[in-house]
Amino acid sequence: MYAAIRGQWGPAAVVAVVGLFLLVFLVLPVVNVIYVAFQDPNTGALTLINFVDFFRTSLFRESSINSLYVAAMAVVVSSCFALPLAYFTTRFNFKGAILIQTLGIIPLIMPPFVGAVAMLLLLGENGSINLLLDEWFGFTVPFMEGLNGVILVESIHYFPFILINLSAALNNIDRSMEESAQNLGASGLRLFRRIVFPLAMPGYVAGASLVFLKVFDDIGTPLLLNVNNMLAPQAYLRISSIGIADPMGYVISVILVIFSLLALWTSFLALRGKDYATLQKGGGGLMKRDLRPWEKAACYGVVIFILLLVLSPHFGLMLLSFGTIWSFSVLPDGYTTAHYLQVVSSSFQFVSNTLLYAGLAAAIDVCFGTAIAYVVWRTKLIGRQWLDYIAMGAVAIPGVVLGIGYLRTFYEFNVPIIDKPLASWWVIIVVALAIRRMPYALRACTAALQQISVMLEEAAENLGATKARTVRRVVIPLMAGGIVAGFVTSFATAAVELSTTIMLVSQESDAPLAFGIYEFMQSAAGRGPGAALGIVAVVIVGITTYVSHRFIQRKATQRAPAVTVVPGV
Amino acid sequence: MESENAAGVVIEGLSLAYDTADVLKGVDLRIEPGEFFTFLGPSGSGKSTLLRCVAGFGPRPRGRILIGGQEVTHLPPWRRNVGMVFQSYALWPHMTVYRNVAFGLEERRVPSAEIPKRVEAALDMVGLWELADRRPSQLSGGQQQRVALARTIIVEPRVLLLDEPLSNLDANLRVQMRREILELQRKLKLTTIFVTHDQEEANTISDRIAVLDEGILQQVGSPMDLYDRPVNRFVADFLGTANLLDGGVEVAGEGTRFVAAGGLILPLGGEGHAPGDGRIAMFRPQDASISAAGPATATAFAGRVGHREFLGNLIRYTVAVDKDTSLMVDDTHQPGRRAFSVGDKVTVNVDMKHVQILPG
Repeated sequence: MYAAIRGQWGPAAVVAVVGLFLLVFLVLPVVNVIYVAFQDPNTGALTLINFVDFFRTSLFRESSINSLYVAAMAVVVSSCFALPLAYFTTRFNFKGAILIQTLGIIPLIMPPFVGAVAMLLLLGENGSINLLLDEWFGFTVPFMEGLNGVILVESIHYFPFILINLSAALNNIDRSMEESAQNLGASGLRLFRRIVFPLAMPGYVAGASLVFLKVFDDIGTPLLLNVNNMLAPQAYLRISSIGIADPMGYVISVILVIFSLLALWTSFLALRGKDYATLQKGGGGLMKRDLRPWEKAACYGVVIFILLLVLSPHFGLMLLSFGTIWSFSVLPDGYTTAHYLQVVSSSFQFVSNTLLYAGLAAAIDVCFGTAIAYVVWRTKLIGRQWLDYIAMGAVAIPGVVLGIGYLRTFYEFNVPIIDKPLASWWVIIVVALAIRRMPYALRACTAALQQISVMLEEAAENLGATKARTVRRVVIPLMAGGIVAGFVTSFATAAVELSTTIMLVSQESDAPLAFGIYEFMQSAAGRGPGAALGIVAVVIVGITTYVSHRFIQRKATQRAPAVTVVPGV
Repeated sequence: MESENAAGVVIEGLSLAYDTADVLKGVDLRIEPGEFFTFLGPSGSGKSTLLRCVAGFGPRPRGRILIGGQEVTHLPPWRRNVGMVFQSYALWPHMTVYRNVAFGLEERRVPSAEIPKRVEAALDMVGLWELADRRPSQLSGGQQQRVALARTIIVEPRVLLLDEPLSNLDANLRVQMRREILELQRKLKLTTIFVTHDQEEANTISDRIAVLDEGILQQVGSPMDLYDRPVNRFVADFLGTANLLDGGVEVAGEGTRFVAAGGLILPLGGEGHAPGDGRIAMFRPQDASISAAGPATATAFAGRVGHREFLGNLIRYTVAVDKDTSLMVDDTHQPGRRAFSVGDKVTVNVDMKHVQILPG
């Protein structure tokens, strides 16, 4: 009895700390934003007048429609990229399937707006492709014209979400699912339509709703492509040009949150009650078949075309970073390393700031993520589920909204000693990144903890280890792989974050990489150094991801027997 | 739903290699219409592969498979009209029980007016009609098993294939399900092929059994045939506990005798054996008896109890009769009947008429 009570103190303290953090830096700012949206700017009374004003303004009506259109089209276009890649690699004996899956994920490790500039130079009105088309065939295609540009850039950037989820869903279908249908007389397209497609559907919907949500919230890409008549950029522009008191920024924030929630709800509905991981012990996923020569040629053609297209921002950025002048020509006029030298000598603080911010944020995320996962799954504290819900809820909060919330809530609050508003202190950027990336780390930590059989912990306690020592000596080491995975996902995505930081950076010496690149890319002269900085960002994120991936794999092979303890048998 | 078209299955010279490993090596079999036939073997013996060949899954084997006299070797799975119940049941999680069971009829373009009646009949037969609207994930293991059966028999297949269908159930349910399966099979007069690695399961349910090991068909026969007259060491051992002594047959005066490697000598009597006949002497533990230490004779061996297992109806002793040889002997158990302890000196009497000489 005594031990049971004492055992609750540690978790209770953890819950208090984590709960307070989430309350102050997530719940409070968001509630504040929503509250202001319903407040009369002059009298402070609750009202709907701001929403009425919003829908009376033609610019905002147009922005809403544009945002919806762009997000929906981005889902369609990224599906066109992801479906063939996922299907070919999981379905056929395909050389280089792993290479394709890896290359397909590369777009994620670069801020989408960075690719946007490179895309302009390759596919824009006066870009390489259109110059060639014009010269050879006498016509041009408006790939990057207005909303088209946003759709294309966002699709190229975010399609990996669909690729990853859909491939996982397809790989999780046990072969016997298909074989039993064949045994009962189904084959070919009917088999696909009735069995394979419905079983993979939840994975697809999960990926697609994530793409919708991300595109709907993105502000860097439209701003850089000079497309301002969309919702998220409008929110930023209202707050940054008219001021923190302007109610329109808050109204837009509420609308952004509503659509985020709708997208997440859709994904929740798609996945609810459909635990379709049908894979059996030793079962090998879908039946793979060999391709006939002409089929093979066609498949490789499609795959290579898609990969060229989705990797074109990286090629373009590379050229741009090494190019001297690149304008109205297919390729840069000459090549130089001057941009890199300039970046290293004058802009290094962007890199060091990014490593510091993203590193700290990811560290906070995995600490809190591990704590929350443990409290939720291994203790009986009342209200523990809420910690999980609130932390996961950060997924539904667009970066702009959080940024506006922080400005509104913490501008009045002066940090003692340094005597400066909390909203313009660099630490607030770390906090914002930590809150925004918490769900990733939490998911990874939870998954890792769920794989550890409670029996392993009971064995340690049976041999005399206290709860705290069991956690330190058994739970944490076994979770290491998951914790590292969570750290990396948080770090890599925080390193390229712009939506929130763009609102919170108050002086250039505090700015992270993504902000620096954004600043550079604003001017034609800054594109070279901006591209060089972009390449630096890609390399940093790429290396961290690769190294940790190797680490996790090594852990996984070392510990395979311990982790596969079947729970509940 | 009684099957009018129960078909026999003939397998001729079937061989299959994955990459370089031979999984099946020239299997010949003839399964009669309406028979309950079992492929029995340890894991990796090729029994599941053989079943999958009959269903048409996996790479095309060499050799021929005929169902009801029609060659099917070249046919894809969906043209064979054989019903298969998978080890994992393979119920589609996105469909209700009803939709799962109706699937095969829909694929066969059965008139839609007819489908509900037949689904109801099939689900009634396995006693699950009231669960028709549930999803597979809401069913217990035994219920899933019954749905998988209903889904297969509803299409009135020519042959029913069962791939270790009981291995995911707990012990009690397994006994109950195997009775249900057998009843269903008798009622429908369906030719059935059952795959298992469990000899007790095979013995209790089968008309005939084919024992497989390393891709080779070892022996075909009724359960009792295989137990009483195994053709080699593998079958003898796999179908039950056996004393297996390595050695050789020698001429001894009028008759012959078996000399085991450890020196133990078993007189074989006059007829039926010749030197070079075989290298293994086999008898079951119940073909010997144990008694308190007494005078040794040609078929009574003195020894010491090395090990004792209480099995309920009997006690199985392992008696060391010389340095290298131990014999297993069963003694019936009743309350009050004398039992020996480990270390006791005893005599083992071997009933020589049950000793068989096997080639290897």
